[in-house]
Amino acid sequence: MKSPFAKQVTAQADRHLVREVAKRLDAPARRVFLKHSLSLGSLALLTGCNAETPEAVDKMLTRISRFNDRVQWALFNPNALAPTYPDSMITKPFPFNAYYDQDQVREIDGSTWKLELAGLVADKRPWTLTDLAKLPQIAQTTRHICVEGWSAIGKWGGIPFKTFLEKVGADTTAKYVAFKCGDDYSTSIDMPTALHPQTIMTLTFADRTLPPDYGYPMKVRIPTKLGYKNPKHVMAITVTNTYPGGYWEDQGYNWYGGS
Amino acid sequence: MVKNKSSWIKVHPALVRICHWLNAIAIVLMVMSGWQIYNASPIFPFSFPKSITLGGWLGGAIQWHFAAMWILVVNGLVYLVYNIVSGRLRGKFWPIRVRELLHDIGQALRGRLSHADPRHYNAVQKLAYVGVMLVLVGVVASGLAIWKPVQFQPLTNLLGGYDFARVVHFACMSLIVLFVVVHVVMVVLVPKTFITIITGRAKAPAPEAV
Repeated sequence: MKSPFAKQVTAQADRHLVREVAKRLDAPARRVFLKHSLSLGSLALLTGCNAETPEAVDKMLTRISRFNDRVQWALFNPNALAPTYPDSMITKPFPFNAYYDQDQVREIDGSTWKLELAGLVADKRPWTLTDLAKLPQIAQTTRHICVEGWSAIGKWGGIPFKTFLEKVGADTTAKYVAFKCGDDYSTSIDMPTALHPQTIMTLTFADRTLPPDYGYPMKVRIPTKLGYKNPKHVMAITVTNTYPGGYWEDQGYNWYGGS
Repeated sequence: MVKNKSSWIKVHPALVRICHWLNAIAIVLMVMSGWQIYNASPIFPFSFPKSITLGGWLGGAIQWHFAAMWILVVNGLVYLVYNIVSGRLRGKFWPIRVRELLHDIGQALRGRLSHADPRHYNAVQKLAYVGVMLVLVGVVASGLAIWKPVQFQPLTNLLGGYDFARVVHFACMSLIVLFVVVHVVMVVLVPKTFITIITGRAKAPAPEAV
């Protein structure tokens, strides 16, 4: 995450390896091996082992990633619940994670914060924190899984997103729900996931007001998706049929990012 | 040298050779991109040198990993179905007898293991090949378990939960890399097998009587 797009130069090492192996083979085998190493070389080109990944390869990988979005969309079972855990298993301290360091966390004033609504929503009136607190609340202890591989258990509480979307008259047949965040982050999810019973507009962490580190004043917690699909400091929600992308997704992370 | 056409025998069917090389490509891509993904959050106190990883950064590595997985899985299924249906799996790799295995390990350690007839695998080869097939099944299963711990929850639970499934995935990768290293060393020691996996043919073994 810290040094994106660093490309590796290993072609020279590959050539050295091919020479070394060729030396140890008898004549007919060596010929076949060297002939074959030509295609090993083209493989190295494909893999981005060379200084530049050819654009065609990047395009192909992006297309496969889009295909994997559709596969995951098909695999998603709206009734399958993410495992829940006893509160005693909450990871302490719960790790901070963002695309910036912890000392750069945005301090957002909850008293002036307003949640904006846009797109295919009937009632676009913005919501204050006080209004949101009046809606029915649930809490769940689930595992947050980061795309990096680590995981941590936390307890998030707030309004079922489905309840909110229905309340504001969102078109729940639309394809996407997009989030704009107070830390210049953004992401978007598919509507079936937005309507999943465990997708929560979070106002609390571990039964206390959501701290700034974890996304004050409001975070959308989605235990069926990887961490980068769980936006913090949410400022605006858009319901749309146009693919919205997101901060990491635009750089190459898989869009669906489902667990 | 007079090349007698009848002195060459068919060893590997074309489909097996194609599967072998596609699998080789898939394994290299999966392992190298997997190392880069591992580096984003190592589960052991070491990282892989960047020079032997693929993808440049986590997002790139994930793109490679989840592209090459299709080659690995589809190709692996084609191989398994073909080998099971044709009876090749049973004929080539079964039975694996402990007594033969111990004998062949002893011979191998003395550098005397016979490769005279390339159509027949010795007990060590049988164990290694069947073993790596099982480990490949394991690496795919544990991969699915950490990719979809909610959708494939029973599988993830079977593998000891999300965090432990990562360790299983890593262990399977390590066994595959170990297999590849030994496999390549054996090819260097017995180079004619390298031609056989490309052309499918090998020189017939000398008749017993001679």
